[in-house]
Amino acid sequence: MPLALLIGTRKGAWILRADAERETWTASAPHHFGSTVHHLVLDPRDRKTLLATVRTGHLGPTILRSTDQGETWTEASQPPAFPKPEGEEEGEGDKKKAVHHTFWITPGHASRPGHWYGGTSPIGLFESEDSGATWTPVTGFNDHPDFGKWASGESTPDGAKTHSIVVDPRDAAHVYLSLSGGGTFESLDSCASWAPLNKGVAIDFMPPGEYEFGHDPHCMVSHPEDPDRLYQQNHCGIYRLQRPETTWTRTGNNMPKEIGDIGFVYVVHPRQVDTGWVWPMDGTDVWPRTSPGGRPAAYRTQDAGETWERQDTGLPESGWFSVKRQCMTTDADDPLGLYVGTSSGEVFASRDEGATWSSVARHLPHIYSVRVADFA
Amino acid sequence: MIVHLPGLLDRYTQGEREQEVAGPSLDAAFRELDERFPGIRFRLIDEQERVRPHIRIYVGPEPIEDLAQLVPDGQAVHVIGALSGG
Repeated sequence: MPLALLIGTRKGAWILRADAERETWTASAPHHFGSTVHHLVLDPRDRKTLLATVRTGHLGPTILRSTDQGETWTEASQPPAFPKPEGEEEGEGDKKKAVHHTFWITPGHASRPGHWYGGTSPIGLFESEDSGATWTPVTGFNDHPDFGKWASGESTPDGAKTHSIVVDPRDAAHVYLSLSGGGTFESLDSCASWAPLNKGVAIDFMPPGEYEFGHDPHCMVSHPEDPDRLYQQNHCGIYRLQRPETTWTRTGNNMPKEIGDIGFVYVVHPRQVDTGWVWPMDGTDVWPRTSPGGRPAAYRTQDAGETWERQDTGLPESGWFSVKRQCMTTDADDPLGLYVGTSSGEVFASRDEGATWSSVARHLPHIYSVRVADFA
Repeated sequence: MIVHLPGLLDRYTQGEREQEVAGPSLDAAFRELDERFPGIRFRLIDEQERVRPHIRIYVGPEPIEDLAQLVPDGQAVHVIGALSGG
């Protein structure tokens, strides 16, 4: 079946279906119209189960599941929710946390069909063992003795986020996640215990010094061919880390100085460990977060961040939109397809690994996520 | 009691805007509604038993936040979507 793009927006979700050449894309009718869809993800293990994280301005957060490409949706009977604090007394209102929205969902390890992780705002980690029907808190993280310190840092404007939940394909017990703000953390024991992993990462929004956590990773990925190769687009630069090392290298220093190394996304080429893309944004002055100079472009590296090349052929010569952290992705074709969704509701695609781009959808609401689906 | 529901909840109620429930408290009323329309309660009331920030519940003319509130016989309950921007 031809590829589809799953588009989550501030006002609903759309499924864009490609022809066999990935040249023409056709948008579905809206799903969950009027609701904010932060993330819409297909389970790669069955290529059938779609999960959407949904909330509205009035109604609280929930998760909906479809197994028929969005024809019908079933709501989770137990969406992610924090427990009531034990020994509740007057004056403990700050301990009464409520999920505002589920920001991120990640399918679990291949050995655990139906298992998913969910990251929320305010910060929290949840999991489902039944393909998203019921969700429970991951207590090893949410109740960690240091959780209050990790999750108390700077917050993004619409709430602190749990994101970039990465499961090691070699080991289901090995999980990374990132917090905005808070930093990147690692668990080696199925989320029972966690440790910060932020050495070498800048933290320009704090007084000078070394910090173990409190950083603002915008997007952290591991490479599927070498899961020990991590890349990160941070609020304060672009980084690479080869485990078991623990100190990140700022490869963003190799970006052109006039462009800088601020952005939201980092995507990797699924077959080339050293190849990846970022989408720089203007982090100068008052942080417009649009492309530097109003000239949208991807930047590609083929040597793990040692050098970068601009790729903007076919993109607008002038454009004043942002590309958020879930809004750039790839397919698995050869040559590779790249897809970008903008805050102005447009989707750009490249069928040649970023060499040329074209608009494949426009006039959508503010795009919050773009993911590829290869439905069974 | 009669609970008047906003259009925000049409996807749960299939467009029905009035529901008769036994109560006698608001809490009991919303639990009954949730049995009738699974999931509806969590969209209105969070996991700490607080009415969500942009939802208002009125018993007669009075805005109510305490779900233990008993609803007098014959009194209507209105669930309203508060002003909530763009």
